[in-house]
Amino acid sequence: MKPLCYIHDLLLGLWIVFKRTFTKPVTVQYPEERPYLPPRWRGRIVLTRDPDGEERCVACYLCAVACPVDCIALQATDNPNAHERRYPEFFRINFSRCIYCGHCEEACPTNAIQLIPDFEQSEYARRNLIYEKEDLLISGTGKYHDYNFYRVAGVKTRDKDKRQGEHELPPVDVRSLMP
Amino acid sequence: MIDWSHTALTIGIILGGALMLAGLLIWVERRLLGIWQERYGPNRVGPGGCLQSLADMIKIFTKEDWIPPFADKAVFVITPAIVVITALMSFAVVPIAPSFVIADLNMGAMFFLAMSSLAAYSVIIGGWASNSKFAFLGSLRAIAQLLSYEVFMGLSLMGAVLLAGSFNLSDIVEAQRHQWFVIPQFLGFLGFFMAGLAEAHRTPFDMPEAEAELVAGYHSEYSGMKFGMFFVGEYLSVILLSAMTVILFFGGWHGPWLPPVMWFVLKMAFFIVLIILIRATWPRFRFDQLLSFGWKVVMPLALMNLLATGGVVLWKQG
Repeated sequence: MKPLCYIHDLLLGLWIVFKRTFTKPVTVQYPEERPYLPPRWRGRIVLTRDPDGEERCVACYLCAVACPVDCIALQATDNPNAHERRYPEFFRINFSRCIYCGHCEEACPTNAIQLIPDFEQSEYARRNLIYEKEDLLISGTGKYHDYNFYRVAGVKTRDKDKRQGEHELPPVDVRSLMP
Repeated sequence: MIDWSHTALTIGIILGGALMLAGLLIWVERRLLGIWQERYGPNRVGPGGCLQSLADMIKIFTKEDWIPPFADKAVFVITPAIVVITALMSFAVVPIAPSFVIADLNMGAMFFLAMSSLAAYSVIIGGWASNSKFAFLGSLRAIAQLLSYEVFMGLSLMGAVLLAGSFNLSDIVEAQRHQWFVIPQFLGFLGFFMAGLAEAHRTPFDMPEAEAELVAGYHSEYSGMKFGMFFVGEYLSVILLSAMTVILFFGGWHGPWLPPVMWFVLKMAFFIVLIILIRATWPRFRFDQLLSFGWKVVMPLALMNLLATGGVVLWKQG
């Protein structure tokens, strides 16, 4: 009897929906209840410092080049007091354009620019979404606590001579390699 | 001699109660739909969200009340009032408890049918006066649906009227003192309930306002409080449908232990929740299926039910 089948199905549907009265909703009550966001979650962009408290950013422009929406603007300059070390004169991210893709973080050779699990960036005025360097720069090291670019770089810096970086072999006598 | 103060009090309680309940239902429906879809629904305004309708009302009053320049203004403005007036008029004949009724008309059931037919006009002229495509399509569907379902709404109601031997709704309830009419009149109940759903344009018969296809159907062009009136009118007709189902087939105020008003309200609440559950579950009919189902399935069943009931009543009289 086909009509009876239909009626059975209709009533079964009603019963299945009614049973949902007793299940807990899947909704997360956001402002009170906050979901766990993994550390690598791509949210707000920050500029970090190395363990010595100096800016990691060397203003190489790689993040600005990698950015698919061109939301990063910066200008490199030298610090004559610190061994001519390069740093950004200004660093500006337009978060109204940013798509939080994380390409800047991947391009960064010094782990300076990092995306952190913070997404609460709503603003009433659009101009408030343009973050300057003082808004971006944090005092901590972000996700990489011990990393200092100048210590592992293979060049001479004010802290170390050539071949004296961390995880770096002592100078090789080239003549000893002769066959 | 009519006791005017008593009548005025009854009118105040029943109409005020119906309007309050309609406002509350807006929240209840959204909350229940939420719960049945494993989410919360509106739960922020007031305890559990029960003041949501109040917040909605404030919002809807502050909205721009836009009358489209292409609309037929006079008719466009009158229509929302017709929706609410016809629904509220029907409450005049609804007996909630013994002698707790505004107008105990001899032709109560007929008056209810007449008012629900008038409500159909509001949908039709509302869609027509809006003068836009979607509203027009919605009201075209409404014409066909309401006219065909009106027919067997009356027919399935006649079974209960035959058994009680009266069109007076209080008499119909009184005749169910020992046995609810849903048992001898189960087909009649099914037909009446389906037709009622179609009259109130509720799922699965919500073709006139099918929001997935027609924006909002016949009230697409309405905004502000005019839209609010359509909304309240829809919930009033849901309450009315539940009340009439209880009166005609489920023994009205009859029941053990509790006072009559409580029984009436409890039974009515059951049907209101059932209607919302149906909305949460069943999909919408296709339009041609809706009409062929009405004319080819429910209509013959209602006629046969009426014939059999008439035969049994005559045979019992000897």
